[in-house]
Amino acid sequence: MERSVNYGGNDLNLEATELRLGLPGSDEHEKQSYLSVRISNKRASPEVAEESSSLSNSNVSDARNGDQDSAPPAKAQVVGWPPIRSYRRNSFQQKKTEADGAGAGAGAGMYVKVSMDGAPYLRKVDLKVYKSYPMLLKALENLFKLTIGEYSEREGYNGSEFAPTYEDKDGDWMLVGDVPWDMFISTCKRLRIMKGLEARGLGCL
Amino acid sequence: MKMMMGSSFPEEVLEHVFSFIERDKDRNAISTVCQSWYEIERWSRRRVFVGNCYAVSPLILIKRFPDVRCLELKGKPHFADFNLVPEGWGAYVSPWIAAASTAYPWLEEIRLKRMVISDDSLELISKSFKNFKVLVLSSCEGFSTEGLAAIAANCRNLRELDLRESEVEDLNQSSGHWLSHFPDNYTSLVSLNIACLNSEVSFTALERLVGRCPNLRTLRLNRAVPLDRLAILLRRAPQLVELGTGEASDLRPDVFSNLSGAFSGCKELKSLSGFWDVAPGYLPVVYPICPRLTSLNLSYAATIQSSDLIKLVSQCHNLQKLWVLDYIEDLGLEALAASCKDLRELRVFPSEPFGAEPNVLLTEQGLVSVSEGCPKLHSVLYFCRQMSNDALRTIARNRPNMTRFRLCIIEPRTPDYLNHQSLDVGFGAIVEHCKDLRRLSLSGLLTDRVFEYIGTYGKKLEMLSVAFAGDSDLGLHHVLSGCENLRKLEIRDCPFGDKALLANAAKLETMRSLWMSSCSVSFGACKLLGQKMPRLNVEVIDERGPPGSRPESCPVEKLYIYRTISGQRFDMPGFVWTKDENSALGLS
Repeated sequence: MERSVNYGGNDLNLEATELRLGLPGSDEHEKQSYLSVRISNKRASPEVAEESSSLSNSNVSDARNGDQDSAPPAKAQVVGWPPIRSYRRNSFQQKKTEADGAGAGAGAGMYVKVSMDGAPYLRKVDLKVYKSYPMLLKALENLFKLTIGEYSEREGYNGSEFAPTYEDKDGDWMLVGDVPWDMFISTCKRLRIMKGLEARGLGCL
Repeated sequence: MKMMMGSSFPEEVLEHVFSFIERDKDRNAISTVCQSWYEIERWSRRRVFVGNCYAVSPLILIKRFPDVRCLELKGKPHFADFNLVPEGWGAYVSPWIAAASTAYPWLEEIRLKRMVISDDSLELISKSFKNFKVLVLSSCEGFSTEGLAAIAANCRNLRELDLRESEVEDLNQSSGHWLSHFPDNYTSLVSLNIACLNSEVSFTALERLVGRCPNLRTLRLNRAVPLDRLAILLRRAPQLVELGTGEASDLRPDVFSNLSGAFSGCKELKSLSGFWDVAPGYLPVVYPICPRLTSLNLSYAATIQSSDLIKLVSQCHNLQKLWVLDYIEDLGLEALAASCKDLRELRVFPSEPFGAEPNVLLTEQGLVSVSEGCPKLHSVLYFCRQMSNDALRTIARNRPNMTRFRLCIIEPRTPDYLNHQSLDVGFGAIVEHCKDLRRLSLSGLLTDRVFEYIGTYGKKLEMLSVAFAGDSDLGLHHVLSGCENLRKLEIRDCPFGDKALLANAAKLETMRSLWMSSCSVSFGACKLLGQKMPRLNVEVIDERGPPGSRPESCPVEKLYIYRTISGQRFDMPGFVWTKDENSALGLS
């Protein structure tokens, strides 16, 4: 199968780790990658839990606290705005993905649950916010404070005891990264970060 | 209180009189008259509504009302609908079910909204209440088709199963055939809403169920039921009053004529919904039904555009409720205003809420037209991209009978597009003229001024939703000090801080709840509030770790304050902090 994403540390989107404020009119792509990284310089403690939904809060409050006369903020996804129920959003997403195939709609939200072996709480992430696997993985690493390791086609995830997996429309559990990104977001029903032996086993399939 | 022995009625007579009194408010009033009325009333109260499941405990409820038959509970704050409340926050119904299973063996109805219910609880319900009749799960989660199978198998007297907009896990292992767990001799179904289910249900089981339940009046199907199957169901249940279709993307002449025939047999049909991916060519099958329709929900019909919508609504002269996508456009709303003089409720949802540019010709004008043409319109939810003070003023003057007005201008802080000013005076006109307004949602560019108007005129206002508005604490203060009937206030991304909150602390005990997220309330103020007001639970929702590890002046991420008579709850997850938590005091 043709692969449209590359892994390995040298292909990681380094801009995703750059900490800076997104100025109005900044590049849309950069804006999206910036969203997946927490602005930790605003908080007193460097060791803070990072959660993607809070990011947009700080993004919005930056816009508010910043220069009042500046141009309106660039179109970033603000969590929970416009106030449309995720039930309704996911309904649209289903329709648009089926209609457009790999095109993916106008950015409607696509929330899936993320669980991690051993962690008591589920999270939800909006897959539409992340435009690629490296961004998603980085966000997961931040969310659960762990390292996922490098992906290789043959060996799965090396370098840590964690492996991200997902359940697809057919109910099968797959390793994240096995299919092209666009196919992934249209078939992913939920995510699970596996730990330990199970994770390694999956990678070796 | 002394009881006037000579002049009082026997208990049985009072009980009989009380049985005619149904509204909670009236019942509550009765119970304060004297001790004996309190006693008689509490023994005879059959229906209880708990607006916040953490405001009271199951034990307290059971102690006061020993013989409840209908229980309604609400859990998470409203903003949970928009993903602002993290997973695991709470609203677990299991302690309530466990308590009710022994205390209320005659329980007949359970209605839950925004709560987490497990399969175990569903099974317990199905086995504990012999006369169980109604289960409504609105925006709930935590259960799967396994739980539904238990309900189907064990609730012999079930009338209503309504899963509206809940998140149900489809367990393929149970082969999606939970419907076939209804026994063959089960015939009492009146209402079934499974529209939220994602995968297929067994059609054979569904058909047999529909066929053997002569009292079925409401059937809301899920997407996976195709139109040709729908025709079969309609012929089995021509007595249906409310129908939700599945999807229907391929236009086939044989299906069309079959469906036409089926629909023509449904003489009682008054409400339609569903229409996912419906090929517009199918719409004529419902034209014969249109004149009788009072309720139409096309808000998922992303394939039906303006001209087809106009043709449809123009025939619905008795329409009272319309939910539709903005594909209807201003022109369609004008047609609606001309044809549907009995319209009471209108909701217009955005087809492309995240697009930067408008994709449809829907503006403030559509809403103005409807406000002019529909004298009974009193409930509005409207998403649009532009608004003006003039339009709002016109709407207010046209419809002083407005009771629910929720306007969402999609881009935050959008000014009046005509004069680029704030929309303060427009919303001010709404609260001033609509004296019975109970619910209001604001949007657009708004200063503290709008809150002054709301505090001054919004005397009947019970629920207010605010986002990206205001300049200072004064805004919040106006609302808290002016709106006498305020019960629920939810705020996000506004520059409201400690001062207004602390100055109006007492007000919070008169309300059900206050939500504030991405505002400027400090952790110190939250602690103080929690300490000073023992009958409030002040919950700080913060996923950055212990608030004690940051300065007390640091603003909290999210704040949820609610009144309660049962103290702190014991099921708080790690990201919720209150005054009692050790970690909140700086220990990690």
